[in-house]
Amino acid sequence: MQNIISVSNLTKQFKNITAVNDLSFNVQQGDVYGFLGQNGAGKSTTIRMLLTLIIPTEGKIELFGMNLNSHRKEILRNIGAVIEKPDVYQYLSAHENLKMFARLSGMKISDKQLSEQIEMVGLSARAKDKVQEFSQGMKQRLGIAIALTHNPELIILDEPTNGLDPQGIADIRNLILHLSRERKKTILVSSHLLNEIEQIATRVLIIDEGKKMVEGTAEELFDPAQTLVELQTGDNVTAFAEVKNSLWKQYLQPQRNSNVLLKMPRNLLPEFNIWLVQQNIKVFSLQSRHSLEDYFLQVTSGKQHVGTYTN
Amino acid sequence: MWALIQIELYKIFRRPRTYIAFAAIAALILTIQLGLKLDGEEYVDFMLSGLKQSFDFQGKILNGYLVCYIILQLLLIHVPLMIALIAADMISGEANMGTLRLLLTKPFSRTQLVLAKFFATSVYTLLLLIWMAALALFVSIWLFGTNDLFITKTYYAVQLRADDVFWRYMAAFGFAALSMLTVAALAFFLSNFANNSIGPIVATMSIIIFFTVLSTMNIPLYEKIQPYLFTSHMVNWKEFFDEKVDANNVPILGSVQDMHQISVSALVLVAHIFGFLGLSIWVFNKKDVLS
Repeated sequence: MQNIISVSNLTKQFKNITAVNDLSFNVQQGDVYGFLGQNGAGKSTTIRMLLTLIIPTEGKIELFGMNLNSHRKEILRNIGAVIEKPDVYQYLSAHENLKMFARLSGMKISDKQLSEQIEMVGLSARAKDKVQEFSQGMKQRLGIAIALTHNPELIILDEPTNGLDPQGIADIRNLILHLSRERKKTILVSSHLLNEIEQIATRVLIIDEGKKMVEGTAEELFDPAQTLVELQTGDNVTAFAEVKNSLWKQYLQPQRNSNVLLKMPRNLLPEFNIWLVQQNIKVFSLQSRHSLEDYFLQVTSGKQHVGTYTN
Repeated sequence: MWALIQIELYKIFRRPRTYIAFAAIAALILTIQLGLKLDGEEYVDFMLSGLKQSFDFQGKILNGYLVCYIILQLLLIHVPLMIALIAADMISGEANMGTLRLLLTKPFSRTQLVLAKFFATSVYTLLLLIWMAALALFVSIWLFGTNDLFITKTYYAVQLRADDVFWRYMAAFGFAALSMLTVAALAFFLSNFANNSIGPIVATMSIIIFFTVLSTMNIPLYEKIQPYLFTSHMVNWKEFFDEKVDANNVPILGSVQDMHQISVSALVLVAHIFGFLGLSIWVFNKKDVLS
């Protein structure tokens, strides 16, 4: 698979603050690459360096196999981006904004094509209205339409669901999946909404304090062996004792609340469930709590700057 | 590049703020013209009161050319503010709206963007000046007619024949264009350092006021630096309204008293325009766009 983004030893220093520290990663063609990190982790700084908004202190960036410094124009012609808030010209309409940015991207776009683009993001009814009358969600959708006007190969979305209501978040998620699956776009999406990334990303990079913590495919990171199981029973004390005296004891975790916690391979869950029933333990709930969020918190709280789980 | 310039012009002229300056200039000029139309003779009497004891004035002193001169003297101090309103907003305004980020992800260089923006600013500046010229000169001629232009200088008075005045106004407006482009270039340069336009507008006006004060103070220390201040040269459009005299003290038609001074001033202003523009390109290319 061809690398669309290749970042090597990227560093950005702002006076005494190292926002990005020796970061390296690759995004392959067709990836929906989830870029995860807490606020201030260095996601936006990295994305801005990819888009030439910020000049790196050190390191090398290649996009589509070309050096970003020497082939800036060719590279940017193939990128569509929404950077944090999708700020557009408030005194222009959605249609006018879209047309103007299409021209800036070197595209001569027909009114029909513009209308299709606007329709795709569900703004047809408001296309002629000035953007200053738009809600945050509508601006976000317009920002995405602008990013897609010139049919770029790579789409970079920095916190695209910021400020959106649940429906708006779902819309953006569906749009990303549509772009990836139907239009075969490569997408780099940053977010701190981990469950969103979990639902769309094919590969994930977690950074913290500007450093790479871990990178890998979604399957690799959501290692079934790390599944956290939370058991709630009619008598948790007894249940805990029963588990402790059984073969399941190896999976038992220190208790955080009154419930019983275990960490086990996901495929053992049905067997564990049967065993609980056989022991006459009244199970109120058995929840697999494994998610990227658990993993993310585990990785970032430990501050362990680990290697890459790659194929 | 042409598309970029067209888009920058489109953005300028789609903004309501742009028309404030045009409306303000129209209101100011028409107010002055109305005042002079209603009560202008008294104003001229007052202006010439000292000279009337020694000279006999005949003809129509208050005419369109004199009204235009009065307007230019009054307004050329205020027009820089109108220009700064737009020029200081060109980069900082985009940073404030957040559109600078989006603009810079498009496939053109930062230098091209700066040049396109400055070109659009220059077009706005020139249109504002043409608007001012049309109202101040042509409307005044229409309202007051034409005659010889009589103006008083610090130590003497100049009378320019009616058929020798029009071209001087054209030249003066041309020179004023350089002065105003210098202001635009300064405001544009300062626009690089802020995330909203208020700061660069205030800074531009502060610099102009400060330099103007230095330019007009007859203190030896300041007189040494005055030739290097652009504000000292901005007012030299007035030099076009002074003519040479021959050995018999007869004015030479179509002449200008100190063309050398005008040329030097024009060169200084052009150097400032390119200097500020060059600095803008340099700063903008080094800038991290965070906002």
